[in-house]
Amino acid sequence: MKKLMLGNEAVARGLFEAGVSFVSSYPGTPSTEITEAVAKYDEIYAEWAPNEKVAMEAAFGACLAGRRSFCGMKHVGLNVAADPLFTIAYTGVNAGIVIGVADDAGMHSSQNEQDSRHYAMASKIPMLEPSNSAEAIAFTKLAYELSEKFDTPVLLKMCTRVSHSQSVVEPGERVEVKKEYEKNGAKFIMMPGNAKKRHPIVEERTAALTEYAETADFNILEDGADKSIGIITSSTSYQYVKEVFGDKYPVLKLGMVWPLPVKKIQALSGSVDKLVVVEELDGFIEQHCRNIGVEVSGKDVFSCIGEISQNLVAQKFGKETVCGAAVSDEIPARPPVMCAGCPHRGLFYTLAKNKITVMGDIGCYTLGAVPPLSALDSTICMGASISGLHGFNKANEGASDGKTVAVIGDSTFMHSGMTGLVNIAYNGSNSTVIILDNSITGMTGHQQNPTTGYNLKGNPASKIDLETLCRAMGINRVAVVDPYNLAECETVIREELEADEPSVIISRRPCALLKYVKHRKPLVVKTDKCKSCKMCMKIGCPAISMEGGKAKIDATLCTGCGVCEQLCKFDALVGEEE
Amino acid sequence: MKTKNVMIVGVGGQGSLLASKLLGRLLLTKGYDIKVSEVHGMSQRGGSVVTYVRYGDKVYSPIIDRGEADFIVSFELLEAARWTEYLKPDGKVITNTQQINPMPVITGVAKYPEKLAEKMSDAGIDVDAFDALALAEEAGSAKAVNIVLMGRLSNYFDASVDEWMRAIEESVPAKFLEMNKKAFELGRNFG
Repeated sequence: MKKLMLGNEAVARGLFEAGVSFVSSYPGTPSTEITEAVAKYDEIYAEWAPNEKVAMEAAFGACLAGRRSFCGMKHVGLNVAADPLFTIAYTGVNAGIVIGVADDAGMHSSQNEQDSRHYAMASKIPMLEPSNSAEAIAFTKLAYELSEKFDTPVLLKMCTRVSHSQSVVEPGERVEVKKEYEKNGAKFIMMPGNAKKRHPIVEERTAALTEYAETADFNILEDGADKSIGIITSSTSYQYVKEVFGDKYPVLKLGMVWPLPVKKIQALSGSVDKLVVVEELDGFIEQHCRNIGVEVSGKDVFSCIGEISQNLVAQKFGKETVCGAAVSDEIPARPPVMCAGCPHRGLFYTLAKNKITVMGDIGCYTLGAVPPLSALDSTICMGASISGLHGFNKANEGASDGKTVAVIGDSTFMHSGMTGLVNIAYNGSNSTVIILDNSITGMTGHQQNPTTGYNLKGNPASKIDLETLCRAMGINRVAVVDPYNLAECETVIREELEADEPSVIISRRPCALLKYVKHRKPLVVKTDKCKSCKMCMKIGCPAISMEGGKAKIDATLCTGCGVCEQLCKFDALVGEEE
Repeated sequence: MKTKNVMIVGVGGQGSLLASKLLGRLLLTKGYDIKVSEVHGMSQRGGSVVTYVRYGDKVYSPIIDRGEADFIVSFELLEAARWTEYLKPDGKVITNTQQINPMPVITGVAKYPEKLAEKMSDAGIDVDAFDALALAEEAGSAKAVNIVLMGRLSNYFDASVDEWMRAIEESVPAKFLEMNKKAFELGRNFG
């Protein structure tokens, strides 16, 4: 039966139909819904791993055991998992293994827009790239066939527009796959003597896959009557090209973006006057064309920055596009903000008020950088807050110890903050790390993690005790604060910054959006007491605004957290007692 | 049929995903090829959000570009004005007149423009602006703004009330069905 299905749900459906029985992932937009959708199939064991490297290694173990396995991540997650990736490329597989990676051209929810295709080439494994949900199912299943036929891990590349678009699919049936495990050290123990023998096999495999790419039906040449231009494209760029030109020009749609065909591209080149590659981000296919002696146009026309769209394709090929009317007023931007009742707000207010330098990390709390809080100094990647703080304080030779902190979420701390904290303890920088424990992985939409006490399927799981963990890693000073309590935050932050040894502050309050969290009633404004001092406006709460010179609280947004109440010197903001 | 385009815009958290889900269900029963593009992740946190719904004989691109939208359905007035360049010359804006201040307005660095509905009309844009929040509250919940807006959109759509109702039944929990049906009728028949 025909259904509308999200690209990521379609990957999950493909995993189900391919007989996959093990999935381990770390959440990251735009990849998260793959694993969330997998969790709904009872036939598949699925878990959130602490990070992508662990996820990939676990998936590899399952493949070694003879079960088809999968791990999913966003583009930057593949950096974390790059270590196992480059070596399982050498060992090959027992049962098939597929690595799902979702790029985020346009950086809708990411810190960079790196192009994952380079990883396929660098690690020498094939990469399939679907352009809609139906292909997401088909290519996922095909990826397992290729994985087992060519004895290789396979990358399945998604992007925001394919991951987060629903399109029409027709789901199929599941097939069960199980292989036996046999000890085979020459294949699976990658010490130099064995790895040296595996590398030539990897090169032969790429040659065989290149030959396969010439005839495989996912690299389709769609003919067009007008031979003045030929287009090579893939993924969502293919959809934009077809939207603009339909069947006008010959289009080579590549379903496998590594390795790339040679003869097929050379033949197309010979049949058209001019060849153009339409691809998002880097000129990856374009460079391949040049390498095989085919003259093409590509990044000289399309930018390597941001997304492509149908209008952009039309404009670059000299076609006119229309634009609707607009009002002449400037429309104020509406950037994302920390939610009303967000437990991070009180902590960030305290840091900003005390003019503390703050090394940030990846999560909702990156929004602490936004005015009026403007509380962050840096955000790089998962875990970089803690390691960066250590380097910053060491380089300052004590001058920054008392006025610099790292902030990191509970899930991010599990992901890659722990090793940084070990470094602080081991190499002795007088650093203060604040773990923002909101009891969930927030930004990606509420996923469980090792500190929450629940697993992906919502069942009770072992719960990491952060206080005990930090002490075990060599931190003697561990304090816990309630970020709704400004006075407590202030006192503890000052104490820990002044202390003459490393410390951890755990700022603990569950995310205000969690269903089990009970809120107080919305606060009310005593307008006769409001002196229009705007102190309550300093915390950037979307529930508070000024109307007619007086504070106003939006009762549909206010969760009664009381942070503004503590700031008001005139008792104009009033909440009920807890 | 040539591809038709509906943009659903609003503020993160206003419930635009349910509106696009409902529209998708309805269009699927009509046998169209459909693509629906959503926003997940950081921009959902109170930011400006947009969902693209496209349908026709064959839909390629998952997104709607400038000058292409047949309808812009907006949950909030400023968001309607933000996206009008995406409207076709003969397209229509259906918008809730509710105003939600963005952070730059709250902090005082920007102003919320006045009389936006009139200004859109003056700019030659076909605008149907009404207080969908009041109708949603009349139906029983402020959260039903999405269904009120779909009711309004139904006046311009080639689908029967029965077909819409079936799609609503498939899209909302049973205990909220009657309230949502009422919200749909209020949006459809208002004014």
